[in-house]
Order: sequence, then C-alpha cells, then structure tokens
Amino acid sequence: MGHFVDRRLNPKDKSLGNRRRFLKRVRNHVKKAVDEAVRTREIADADRGEQVIVPADSIAEPNFRHSRKAGTRDYVSSGNKSFRAGDRIKKPPAGGAGESGKQGSDGGEGEDEFLFVLSRDEFLDIFFEDMELPNLVKRGLKQIEVTKPYRAGFSVTGSPSNINVERTMRNALGRRLALKRPKDAEIRALREEIFRLEKVSRPTKKQRNELSTLHDLLEDLLKRQKVISYIDPLDVRYNYFEQRPEPRERAVMICLMDVSASMGEREKDLAKRFFVLLHLFLSRRYKSIDLVFVRHTHNAQEVDEETFFYARETGGTVVSTALVEAQRVIEERYPPSEWNIYIAQASDGENYSGDSKKCVEILNENLMRNCQYFAYVEIVEEAEAEFLNSEENGIELWREYRRVASRWPNFAMKRISRPADIYPVFRELFAKKPVDAHGS
Amino acid sequence: MPMAARTARKKKPLFDGADWTFDTLRQTYDAIEKVAHSDLKLDTYTNQIEIISSEQMLDAYSSIGMPLMYRHWSFGKHFVSNEVHYRKGAMGLAYEIVINSDPCISYCMEENTMAMQTLVMAHAAFGHNHFFKNNHLFRQWTDAAGILDYLEYARSYISQCEERHGVSEVERILDAAHALMPHGVFRYRRPRQPSLREEEERRRERREHEERTVNYLWNSATDPADTARADAGMRERKRELHLPEENLLYFLEHYSPVLRPWQREVLRIVRNIAQYFYPQKQTKLMNEGCATFVHFHIVNAMHEKGLLTDGALLEILHSHTNVLFQPDFDDPRFSGINPYALGFAMMRDIRRICEEPTPEDHEWFPEIAGAKDWKNVLKEAWANYRDESFIQQFLSPSVIRQFRMFAIADKAEDPFYTVTGIHDERGFRKVRDAFAQNHDLSTLEPYIQVVDVDLLGDRQLMLQHTKRNGVPLEEDQKIATLEHLERLWGFEVKLEEIVS
Repeated sequence: MGHFVDRRLNPKDKSLGNRRRFLKRVRNHVKKAVDEAVRTREIADADRGEQVIVPADSIAEPNFRHSRKAGTRDYVSSGNKSFRAGDRIKKPPAGGAGESGKQGSDGGEGEDEFLFVLSRDEFLDIFFEDMELPNLVKRGLKQIEVTKPYRAGFSVTGSPSNINVERTMRNALGRRLALKRPKDAEIRALREEIFRLEKVSRPTKKQRNELSTLHDLLEDLLKRQKVISYIDPLDVRYNYFEQRPEPRERAVMICLMDVSASMGEREKDLAKRFFVLLHLFLSRRYKSIDLVFVRHTHNAQEVDEETFFYARETGGTVVSTALVEAQRVIEERYPPSEWNIYIAQASDGENYSGDSKKCVEILNENLMRNCQYFAYVEIVEEAEAEFLNSEENGIELWREYRRVASRWPNFAMKRISRPADIYPVFRELFAKKPVDAHGS
Repeated sequence: MPMAARTARKKKPLFDGADWTFDTLRQTYDAIEKVAHSDLKLDTYTNQIEIISSEQMLDAYSSIGMPLMYRHWSFGKHFVSNEVHYRKGAMGLAYEIVINSDPCISYCMEENTMAMQTLVMAHAAFGHNHFFKNNHLFRQWTDAAGILDYLEYARSYISQCEERHGVSEVERILDAAHALMPHGVFRYRRPRQPSLREEEERRRERREHEERTVNYLWNSATDPADTARADAGMRERKRELHLPEENLLYFLEHYSPVLRPWQREVLRIVRNIAQYFYPQKQTKLMNEGCATFVHFHIVNAMHEKGLLTDGALLEILHSHTNVLFQPDFDDPRFSGINPYALGFAMMRDIRRICEEPTPEDHEWFPEIAGAKDWKNVLKEAWANYRDESFIQQFLSPSVIRQFRMFAIADKAEDPFYTVTGIHDERGFRKVRDAFAQNHDLSTLEPYIQVVDVDLLGDRQLMLQHTKRNGVPLEEDQKIATLEHLERLWGFEVKLEEIVS
C-alpha cells in the first residue's frame, strides 16, 4: 500500500534560514557587493538584488583527507582503448588525468568560487545594517504594498483583541433562550423557597415532599445551567477586517547637492546613501515618485543622476542658486496642490558669504510653504564631527538654517560624518507625528 | 530489449500523454506494485509518495536529502550553489529523492511527466525501498522507523540550544562536529540504539550528573600524593577511555574536559546522523544498481502487459539511458565509473549468468551459473553485500570487458602511471581487486584513532593516522580540521602519522 501526499502547498523556503546563516557567514563579501551597488546604481533601483561572488576558501569545510602528493594508489578506469598491462602513461601536468576527476586538485582548490544573487530583502537587510535602523523600520520598509484594514463583517475565528462583544452576547442570548437555560433569578427564587421550607422546624409531610421535589428541581436546574454555558465558544464572533490596498499619491523628491571642490568621493557617497534611503522611504509611501537632481556651484542646474554624482566641476559656492532652481522646477512641473514635494539637500556647509541669508529668505517665503519636508544634511569630516558636538556651533549656513528649523516644523537638519549617522535624520523626518506642512 | 515484444494488447494503457493526475498516479502505482511484489517478490516498507515543487526539491537537496534538518549555514551554502547551478541550467534536479525511513518517503517533482513519475515510483518507491529494507547494513545500523522522529528531535534540540546559547555559539560546535563527521561513525561495533525516549532520559541524567561533578576524570589528576597509586589510577582511567578509539566524535562527546552538556549532545546528534548515512556511503553502487534494475524490469513488464504506451516507454528509456551514460576515461565528462551504470550492468549480468551461462561463467561463478532462479540470487546479493564485497564477489569478466576496464597504479613521485591490468584473462582479478578496494570506505577514508591522552600533564590528546601505501593527510585540511578538534577538546591535539 502506498499513499500520496501533495506537499506543493507546504511552506516553501525551508532553506531560507540556512541561506540567511550562510549570508551572515559571508557578510564581508556581501557587504562589499552592497556598498558597490549603492555607489554604482541609480537611486531608484539601488535596492534591487545584487550578485555576490564569494571565494570558496572563505567558506571551506575542512576534513581529514588523503593527500595526493605522496604514496601509491590503484585506480580502475573505463574505456580502455589500447593500453596493455605494464604500459606506462605520462601523467598530465596537473590534476587532469581521468580517474582523478573532480578530486583532481589538492586542498579543495577544485571548488569554484561561489556566485549568487541577493534578494531584495537580503539586500535591504545588509544595506540598513550600516544605518543602524531599528528592526521595526526595516520591517516596514520591506512591506512594499501598503494595505489598510477595512471592516468587513464578522468571522468565527480571529484574535481575542478583535472579539465583537455585542454580537457575541447576542448569539449567546439566543442560544440560551433556545436551549432554555435556567435563569439565575429562577434559581435564586428556588433557593429562597428551599431556605424558607428548611427553616420550618417541624415540617409537615407535604412540606417535606415539597422540599425534596424542590431539591431535585434545583439540582436539575443547576445541572442544566452547567451544561448550557452562559457563553459558548460557538457564540463568539470577531470583527473581520479585509486588507484593502491603500491609495497612494504622487511625490517628487528633489535632491540638491553642492558639488564644489570640497565635496569629494566620501561626501558624495554619504549623500548618495542618504538619498537612497530617502527614496526607499518615499517609494513605500507613494505610488509613484519622481526624482529631480539639482547640483550647484556658484550657479545651479538640473541634471541627470549620472552627472549629479559623478561629474566634476568646480567653482565657488552659492547655495541659494540651488534653491532658486528647485523653486523653478516646482513651479514649472510640480504644482504643490497635486504633488507631495520633498527636498533633500546635501552640502558641506560652505557658502558664499552673505548668501545664507538669501537662502533663508527663499525658504521662508516660498519653499517651506510648498514642500512636505525639507531635509538638510551637512556632511562633515569625522574629526570635525567631534568638536561640532553642539547643534548651535557651525558656520553661517548652518546657523541660518537653524533659524528656519525653529520656525518650520517640517524642516530637519543634521550633520553626518559616517553612514551610521544617516538614520537619525530620518527619525527626525518620519518618526515625528506628521505636522501640517503649511503651519508655522 | 524485451520492449519490442508485440504481443496482443490485453489492457488499455494506464495513461496517455505527459500530464499526471493523482488518479493516474495511484493507478500506475498499483500496477507497479503488482509487478514488484508478485513478479519480483520485493519486500518493501509502506510507501509514502510526496509531490513537491522544484523549489522544495532544491531545499531537500541542500539538507542532505532529509525532510527535516537542523539549521546550519553549510546547508545554506549548498542551497545557494545548487540554486545557481540549477538556474543557469548547468544542473538538472534529481527526479526523485528517497528516504530510508518507514514509511519510506519518496519525493517526486511536480514538473515530471507522467512517464517520469512512473519511472521514479518504480525506481525509488520499490527499488531503493526494497534495498533499504533488506540490505544487512541498513537493517543492522539504521532505524528506519525512528529516523524522522530523531531528526525532529535533533532539530528542535539544536534550535533550543540556539535560543539559549546563541546561534554563533552553536554554529561553532556544529562546524567542528561537521569537520569530524566522517570520523563520527563506528565501523565495526554497533552500540545498542536507544529509543527516543531513552535518549532524552539519558540526556537529562547525563546533564544532571555532569552538573554535579565537574568531570570527575580530571579531579584527581592533579593530586600527586601517591605516585604509584596515581599511576594505577591513571592506567585505570585510560582503560575507562577505551583507547584506542576510532570514533572521534564519540570520544570527544564522552571525554572532552571542556564541553558543556548541551555541546556533548550536539556532537551526539551529528554522530548519530553520520552513522545513519554510513550504510548509504558503503552501498551506493548496489543501491543505485538495485533501483535501476528494478525500474527497468518493472517498466518493461508493464509495457509488455500493455499498461504503458510505446511513447511512455521510450521516454522512460531515454532518461534511463542518460542516467547510465558512462564516458570513457579520456572524455572530459569522465569523473569515475558511474555507479548507476556499473551497478545496473552487474545486476543484469547476474541474471544472464543464471539464465544463459557461458563456460567462463561456470568457471568464475560455479554457484550461480545456470541457477535459473535469478530473482533469488539478486535478492540474496542485495541483502548480504556492500559495494566492496559485491564487486569482489560478482564483478564478472564479461562486465569488465563491457566497460573496457583497466587498473592503473599511481605512485605520486613517479611521472608515469603504470597500467597494472586490463580487461583480459590475466587482468580480470587485478582489476576486480583494485576496484573492490576503491569501494572500501575503510581504506578510502583516512584511518585516524585517538591513541593516548596525557592525563597527568597538559591534557594533550594524541591522535594517530595510519598511512596506507604511504598516503599522508592533506596538510592544509589537516591543520584546519585539527583546529576544530582542539576547540572541542579544549587542549592541544597532536596527530602523528605512522606507517601501517
């Protein structure tokens, strides 16, 4: 006798846990690949999986094995064509000869390098490791489709927190009525009656009979009350919720970057990580999200991503030009009534003397009224970060921006010097309760 | 090929076309079972056939084919590498995986065509199944009824350990245990296998005991009061260690001065799993040969009865032939002699020797030549041999000729191989002996024993590798494995290589 079991619907990915362990094991290689991906990819798809190559020796599993470098052994092979006993065959240079086959080389060099592709989730895990995101946020980020529960009637299963008391009690009542569950009052009355009769010091025969009938009756009622419970699991109803996709709107993210000579590779890399993270957040919230890149020296222009991060150009720094350019982009293409506008600015804080006042003016008068959030990150040297420990210290632009921040709750600013610093900016942006963007 | 038999079709074919349904599966299974049981007289465990997707097959593949396994990164590594190869198309998945358990579980992939499912059922659910149930090694060493329970236990135990002691802590022990896995088996003696409950009972007792006494073995070792008594005591303790001991994991589990109780239990789990797989390593050729022979017989019998269409049979024979492909030694695809091909060839040859013996067969196999009753001869062989002894007993000159086998001697320092025998009159025995040797695990795997422990001194553990034919251990691997060993032992470990 045999029987068949269909296992196809069993949970898949039984190896997922093992795969995760393996990834942890080869973390360094994976991290390198992820870093590389963030650097070289476009922001909008920085979170795609990534190919990872791991040299086999870093994940070798050693055993005691026989060496091939000494000693004698006998083999048997197949497909002889012309050999005769006693023939001598020249050994091929290394490994090679038929019978050595797969085990041809010593020390496990025979194993290939490993190549595999990270999934999006795995990629994000590693990506966020540097950012030191709390798990909560990571989980949220991975939930790509946002749904919202809607009431959709009642169900017979569910979690205790969703019990619908009214419906449950109504069912219980109906059942109790139908099954004629003795009421508490009825029993109380009966008990009183019994009590009254028992108090009689010399009961007549009739009274004694009545008492014993009443006792039987009480016993019967109690039994029925016990059998027919007040609330039965059958009565319980839960509120049922249906997950409906949440409508999401459009957003535009305008990236502003200072590309004067002081912004080196490190600074741009940090800026890019910052923009990538911002994009991940926003792409979760909005159905579609546009990216606009504005770079500036002493004048600003809208460019593509490639130019934004990689082109080299020097000149003086006039930050306000970038803000003006952003203003132009918004006016021309992204009416604030239809778009959620996010502006992220990365700079090292150096600005043409006197220009910072102008920046504040533009922000106060225009941009802050039109955008959801404005995030400013100042990218500083690690050494610098240490003595700039107070928020109040800083050069002109920073000080001026602090005035903006005090007036506009949707303006956030932070200094970052390492990838791990990036996340706090997002806490400021998103952990806070949403505020009215147009209030002041 | 008997398939050509154009006998009058008595029956309607069981299926037509590639698609399968559970109904056709069941009917086909019944037809296969009929041939297997009443014609071949196979004796099998109850079958449980599970249909799985290719993804699940990859999963099963990666955890050494078992449906339940504890978690470990190396299974993830195998999964990743299998997956990449599979996606690239460099590797096909096995059509089936079968587990030595009672009931005997066979996995069939949903992607298989109905013809392939027929082949797989005949192959795994009857061929392998019969072999598992009857071969003496499996009977003696494995507990088919208990293995799934045991694995379940192992998995939950290890995950408990991970919760309690951290994943990386457990991983360190598992890594070390895996490195010694080939040396975690008893080759010659078999301790009684306790049941699962006894197992847990014992574990509890052991833990309690060890929590009370911090390894009594070492307590008096530092007491130099009476040298003579200490010496006697030490000899006594050494006797208690049962040296020499070839089962390294067993030794460490019991006598390591540093392991904590749960770590000992982890070693024990790895050791038990190694032992469970040990018979499979020793019977690869026979097991695959048996399954291949059985499926071949069954599908042909079914075709003769008209239960299989010509198309289905051809499709089956196509895969059958692919599996049996044996490239020559000078072919780039050559990687040794294909156990499926040789096992199948030898078993067909046994049938031939029984049915139509030549004078040569009479000389080589006087007991079975012309015996007619080939089914029993085969069943005897399946039951009582392992690869090495099966080859020694049954590899016939005719199969050696068919494969054009030749034996060569390889002296590492000699720039030439020497051909020591070919498929001719004088070479048969040489080839057969060498080939049997190639399948003897006790010579294939390094022979390493614990020989001594310095109980009074620095607790150094002394291992010995007995070199055969001057073959040493591979140096880098040796060093890396010894590191694992030292981690488990807690003190220095020395390994000397001696000449047998």
